[in-house]
Amino acid sequence: MARRRKARVQVAEVRVHQSPTAMHELPVTQSLLEIALRHAKQADAKRITDLYIVMGELSTMVDDSIQFYWDLIAEGTIAQGATLHFRRVPAELQCIACFTKYSPKEKELVCPNCGSVGAKIIAGEEFSLEAIDVE
Amino acid sequence: MPQHIPVVENIFNANDRLAQVNRARIEAAGVFSINILASPGAGKTSLIEKTLPLLKGKLRVAAIDGDIATSIDSDRVVAAGAGAAVQINTGGTCHLDAVMLNGALEQLDLTQFDLLIVENVGNLICPANFKLGTHKTVLVASIPEGDDKPYKYPGTYRGVDALVINKIDLLPYVDFRMDYFTQGVQALNPGVVIFPMSCRTGEGIDAWIEWLFGQVHR
Repeated sequence: MARRRKARVQVAEVRVHQSPTAMHELPVTQSLLEIALRHAKQADAKRITDLYIVMGELSTMVDDSIQFYWDLIAEGTIAQGATLHFRRVPAELQCIACFTKYSPKEKELVCPNCGSVGAKIIAGEEFSLEAIDVE
Repeated sequence: MPQHIPVVENIFNANDRLAQVNRARIEAAGVFSINILASPGAGKTSLIEKTLPLLKGKLRVAAIDGDIATSIDSDRVVAAGAGAAVQINTGGTCHLDAVMLNGALEQLDLTQFDLLIVENVGNLICPANFKLGTHKTVLVASIPEGDDKPYKYPGTYRGVDALVINKIDLLPYVDFRMDYFTQGVQALNPGVVIFPMSCRTGEGIDAWIEWLFGQVHR
């Protein structure tokens, strides 16, 4: 079990070199680019022209922000100038009491059928790259 | 020649894979780990400060603190009794991710500890998207933030394993409908364990400590 230890400060700066305004869409866009480039390479493609992204209504991603970072980081790669297509998936919940499926309304998280709170998320959290078009 | 390539890959895959590496590393050392999320000022560091003296002599605790800047938080948790603390300064990024935690883990001899407490960057949005590899995620809410937060930040509220409601000593002074708040929580996250608490007065902290011991010794 525990033995007494003298307190020790081990302060280390693990600096991450990102712009001071970087929000979560930057690392996400980098990941998107990596996935697309990997699949394009496997197909021996010369250019990526389109990316098809699935984005659930409950994911906290902002497509404008992804587009903004995309234009910056795709530059100089075979994906430069590719068009980003976003397919939105609406949120769907299923009541844990009566199993009714419903779409949540803002500020209203009760089942429209039985009035219970508590639901399982069936759809709306997706955030994936569905397909790419290459040449 | 134009070609359509089906991909179907979760965009968080790279982070999630590294989170699994982190988890394996933490488990290999026999350590239990929690990731604490909250908005700025909800009381993440206060909760750790109040918790550590109650674990003294029973659990050896290491802490990893994420902040945009400064080592204020890691200094505080070391002063409160953490055996070691690593400060991650994200330099502007609004969350910790698995890469940052991986770097911080390098700086700890995990075998010397029983419990690892990771304090995420104060933010109710982005941290929910980035798995770190910790065993449990704890959200610290607080009364002055308002009772609508589960409704406004569903992504964070639905993904946590335990919820501390801090600053309950302020309930007489703030318009906070506990029923409305807990209804939102239960809707998003049925059955989540909830600890109403005041880090200032110490009210409610015993139940939290008991839960923590239960988790570590599972």
